[in-house]
Amino acid sequence: MVSPFVGLSSFQILRREEFRLKLTEAEVKDLKKKALHIRMITIEMIGKLGVGHIGGSLSIVDALAVLYYKVMKIDPKNPKWEGRDRFVLSKGHAGPALYSVLADLGYFPYEWINTLNKPDTNLPSHCDRLKTPGVDMTAGSLGQGLSAAVGMALATKICKKDNYVYTIIGDGESQEGQIWEAAMFASHNKLNSLIAFTDYNKMQIDGYIEEVNNLEPLADKWCAFNWHVIEVDGHNVEQIYDAVMEGKSQTEKPTMIILHTIKGKGAYFAEGKVTSHNMSMSAEEWQRAVEMLRKESELI
Amino acid sequence: MMDSKLEPTYDERELRDVYGQLLFELASKDKRVVVLNADLARSDGTLKFKELFPERFIDVGVAEANMMGIAAGLANVGLIPITHTFTPFSTRRAFDQITISIAYADLPVKLMGTDPGVTAELNGGTHMSFEDAGIMRTLPNFVIVEPADAIQFKSLFEQIIYHPKPVYTRVYRRRKERFFDEDMQFEIGKIATLKDGNDITIICSGLMVGQSMIATRMLEERGISVRLLNMHTLKPIDKETIIKAARETGRIVVAENHSIINGWGSAVAEVLSENYPVPMRRIGVQDHFGEVGTTDFLLKKYHMTAQDIYEKAMELLDSKVQSCFH
Repeated sequence: MVSPFVGLSSFQILRREEFRLKLTEAEVKDLKKKALHIRMITIEMIGKLGVGHIGGSLSIVDALAVLYYKVMKIDPKNPKWEGRDRFVLSKGHAGPALYSVLADLGYFPYEWINTLNKPDTNLPSHCDRLKTPGVDMTAGSLGQGLSAAVGMALATKICKKDNYVYTIIGDGESQEGQIWEAAMFASHNKLNSLIAFTDYNKMQIDGYIEEVNNLEPLADKWCAFNWHVIEVDGHNVEQIYDAVMEGKSQTEKPTMIILHTIKGKGAYFAEGKVTSHNMSMSAEEWQRAVEMLRKESELI
Repeated sequence: MMDSKLEPTYDERELRDVYGQLLFELASKDKRVVVLNADLARSDGTLKFKELFPERFIDVGVAEANMMGIAAGLANVGLIPITHTFTPFSTRRAFDQITISIAYADLPVKLMGTDPGVTAELNGGTHMSFEDAGIMRTLPNFVIVEPADAIQFKSLFEQIIYHPKPVYTRVYRRRKERFFDEDMQFEIGKIATLKDGNDITIICSGLMVGQSMIATRMLEERGISVRLLNMHTLKPIDKETIIKAARETGRIVVAENHSIINGWGSAVAEVLSENYPVPMRRIGVQDHFGEVGTTDFLLKKYHMTAQDIYEKAMELLDSKVQSCFH
């Protein structure tokens, strides 16, 4: 009998074998270390440029780590593999966090992290599917990525495929009307292969979300739009993983996982600061932040 | 040159019925085709598609921005999404979504905009876009096509659907005019020469093909040799044919069912001014909004009839105009 894994790389096989409902202690430890590693790359990437969207990049790192190292069906050697799961970073300005994961997984030469936003770079501030191997969708004008992810999930349904589509939207982004157009459509069409996250770091460029244009009650809103809604600590990999598995078990509804996060998480000079959306940093600051994370990682 | 009788006649069926049939035939042989609509399927001829291919018919409701994003997602994974709504909602209503999720992401979504220009008729000014093709023309990657009748639509249809770039098509869903002979073939990006001539060129598109044919006959009756060109593709523009016409006829009138700002006339003027400037006139909507009215009423009111084209052509043929340039 031919193995069902013939034609798949060892990486893909690994993904399938690891597909189970609970993470082991060792896996949790691994993911925590991975997340710290990704934070270090992200801080270095933005730090070397001296300015960038550090706040909203660092707040999604743990979700990215769970998705890319544990959940998603992907093949870094073949970024355009048709059978892959898709990921849309709707809050496209968090590109550096995604690039860090993709660089670490070998989607492109690691040295590219030194080219963020430099002339002729393949790593632009906002995600671009035409430039960066592994980036599934272009985003940057907020509110649009969720609709694209909905389209991809719809395609899996039309073509009767078993893929999942993951997307992360921002909390500030959720003030865009298009988010709610997409929300209504996804549940109406029972797009259970769609698992979305809200990076709820409670801050946007002009201040705290609740002061600028409050989203609360956010979970109730998604429930009212007929999604399966889960709220988790967005920096707890176990909780994120469990939520994704719960989402994958849905048969009728798309899933919204609200990640309660801290903007700038992991960079002492940015963490929890409203000013961290797009901030400048000195070499001393970013290097010290990386060093702090390295020490933290050694303690795990 | 094509053999056209320059005699507008009428089909029994409206274009939307022909279009519905084309969609059906295409979807029957290509499972990648997905039809999207924003609550206008009942009016644009795609409702039949819903009955025949329910799993590939997506009505997003009244949410055009979302429709464009969903279409981008579908195209991203290899399906062929075709979106449908009125021209204003097919373009300006969702312009940023079209710009970023489709054009900038370079995804080959096919946008069908129905009831272009004055043919929005009784829907009036809110639904009567004179700027749609113009704003779409500013987007890199986009192809813009305006089939004038069912024959031209049939000839261009699969070229549109299988074009590797996103395409915006102006669709005259309720019109029945027939301008072209059954066996005529057209090619995206290539101006169709409907009649050769040496004294003056008329370049027309869509609804204005009919008015331009009549104007051509009026001019020919006065012994003027008219070259009649149908620029069914606004972008990419067929520079070569335009420059050749300028060189060989020395005068150009452009007739379009669109604002004279940023549409066909502007595009032709850009080519001429940089390559071979000759006197020209633009027939079209003269920088104002639309209003309720039948197509014939509005064409008259906005000075877009065959008579208006004829008069502008005669103005150009006046020696005084020539002397300004030569």
